Amino acid sequence: MNMPLIQTKNLKKYFRTQKGDLHAVDNVNIDINKGKTLGVVGESGCGKSTLGRVILRLLEPTFGEVIYNGNDIIHLNQKQMNNIRQKMQIIFQDPYASLNPRMTVSEIIAEPIKVCKIIKDKEELNQRVFDLMKIVGLDYRFINTYPHEMDGGRRQRIGIARALALNPEFIVCDEPVSALDVSIQAQILNLMMDLQEDHGLTYMFITHDLSVVKHISDEIMVMYLGQCVEKAPSEELFANPLHPYTQALLDAIPIASLKERDKLRKIIKGEVTSPINPKPGCRFASRCFHVTAECKNDGLGLVEVSQGHYVSCILHK
Amino acid sequence: MKVIYKTDSDTICAVNGIDLILDKEQTLGIVGETGAGKTTTALSILRLLPQDIGEITEGQIIFEGKDLISAKESDMRKVRGEKISMIFQDPMTSLNPVLTVGQQLYEALELHNTQNKSKSQLEARVDEMLELVGIPKNRKREYPHQFSGGMKQRVVIAIALACSPVLVIADEPTTALDVTIQAQVLAMMSELKNKLGMSMILITHDLGVVAQNCDKVAIMYAGEIVENGIIEDIFEGVNHHPYTEGLFGSIPDLTRSTKRLNPIDGLMPDPINLPAGCTFHPRCPKCMDICRTKKPEPFSFGSHVIKCHFVQNSNQ
Repeated sequence: MNMPLIQTKNLKKYFRTQKGDLHAVDNVNIDINKGKTLGVVGESGCGKSTLGRVILRLLEPTFGEVIYNGNDIIHLNQKQMNNIRQKMQIIFQDPYASLNPRMTVSEIIAEPIKVCKIIKDKEELNQRVFDLMKIVGLDYRFINTYPHEMDGGRRQRIGIARALALNPEFIVCDEPVSALDVSIQAQILNLMMDLQEDHGLTYMFITHDLSVVKHISDEIMVMYLGQCVEKAPSEELFANPLHPYTQALLDAIPIASLKERDKLRKIIKGEVTSPINPKPGCRFASRCFHVTAECKNDGLGLVEVSQGHYVSCILHK
Repeated sequence: MKVIYKTDSDTICAVNGIDLILDKEQTLGIVGETGAGKTTTALSILRLLPQDIGEITEGQIIFEGKDLISAKESDMRKVRGEKISMIFQDPMTSLNPVLTVGQQLYEALELHNTQNKSKSQLEARVDEMLELVGIPKNRKREYPHQFSGGMKQRVVIAIALACSPVLVIADEPTTALDVTIQAQVLAMMSELKNKLGMSMILITHDLGVVAQNCDKVAIMYAGEIVENGIIEDIFEGVNHHPYTEGLFGSIPDLTRSTKRLNPIDGLMPDPINLPAGCTFHPRCPKCMDICRTKKPEPFSFGSHVIKCHFVQNSNQ
């Protein structure tokens, strides 16, 4: 086994609120090997974006370790962190909000290079921007346009080019395609898979749509209210989903075929409950079809049911 | 029907000659990418195009035997909300943040109060509508920001249905929602549609949503309907417009394990400057010489209509 590129140990992030602690990320352990993709799936408010940000130290964790290439990065100082950040980048969810409207495409892509003072020669910098635009499939004629002149798919390509500018090893992709049309989604997903092959990138891919991560992920983690409820290799998770929440997520995807039309689908009721001071026991219990009195007891943890397949549920203890 | 938007410098051809028929108690799905003219079509039916910019240049919109284009503004106001209502895409912005949800529902009922109901009768109707969409009636004194995205969309649906309309136009009602909440809202909408006997136009870019909810489908591209038919034609038919095939290729298939998706290359053409001939030809994998010069005529197999030279040639 090779060493994981990125690893978290008992990572926790609580936000202080007036009503009490908001458990955004609660005891999450992940490890991603080099060149692999971990898909993180869950509904709005389950803490997936927070997890991505804590790993990059855009938010400071409350407890736990983030280990990058064997080194704990939580205790690094500003300067050391700046060096590490060049290797870790993020692609944001909303291509409409994550680009500065007052900068042209070339300025946006060149900015990380300028900030890190990697290329000082102007000619060379232009060449690098040009290369990056070519890699992500942006036509050169867009070099002096502003983001508002472009459509969502092209803007997301700018976001990807900016993330690639420093030759990172690890990229957190925070719902990069959820704001895009299906046909453009497919283009961007294909692009990201190509880039992974060509540059040996490692991804953490955050999304709420299980169908999106199926192609791109090697391993998938399902999150609910800050906790990991199921983790398995991609194929295994789709073939054999064990946690009731994973099953519900799969059931909720509308399928583009008439065969499933009249099938009665089990739709989970209700919404995510408040993550502020959660009750002990399984956090999904209030929406679960298989809830028993035992679910309210504490002490549930991830159990390995088969090779690499972990689930946290009373049914699989 | 044709619609153009006029700006200072350009004329944008948003909708270029479309024909749609929707029968009573049926659901029509309009599918297409951003910029295909789906929302413009919906706004035209309600005559809600931006004044002095949007203009319907040709065609008719016939609703219950009457032409809506020549109707007076005062008559139109009676149609909107009462006969035809609309559910907008983004529940976060389509509610008024400074009014409680109860007040917003009451407002719709009060404006269309043709039977001179008393205030308490209207209030009772507000409670009834909220319960219908699964919101406890004691929450009517709360403001939109106190609701989650899914709950807000339920409020929007309650307002749209408050006056028991004959036709509901739902413009991407679930695009902004999580998959689990999307499933809840769609299930509720089709249940209410059957209960109240409404017709519905469902605008979406998700073919999965269409397959689960519609009776008829129209695929729109660059302001034209390139393919339409009943649901079986689109999902189980043999012949398809290459654009429809591209849309299906873009959806990740959960049942098969393929490594790659097959998207359509390129982007939607600029509506200011549409290509000659078939508007899809620059992106089409089956493009022939004739496609570059001549607009394809509708070619039909019973209820299934396709506008494509390739399909036409291979079936003659």
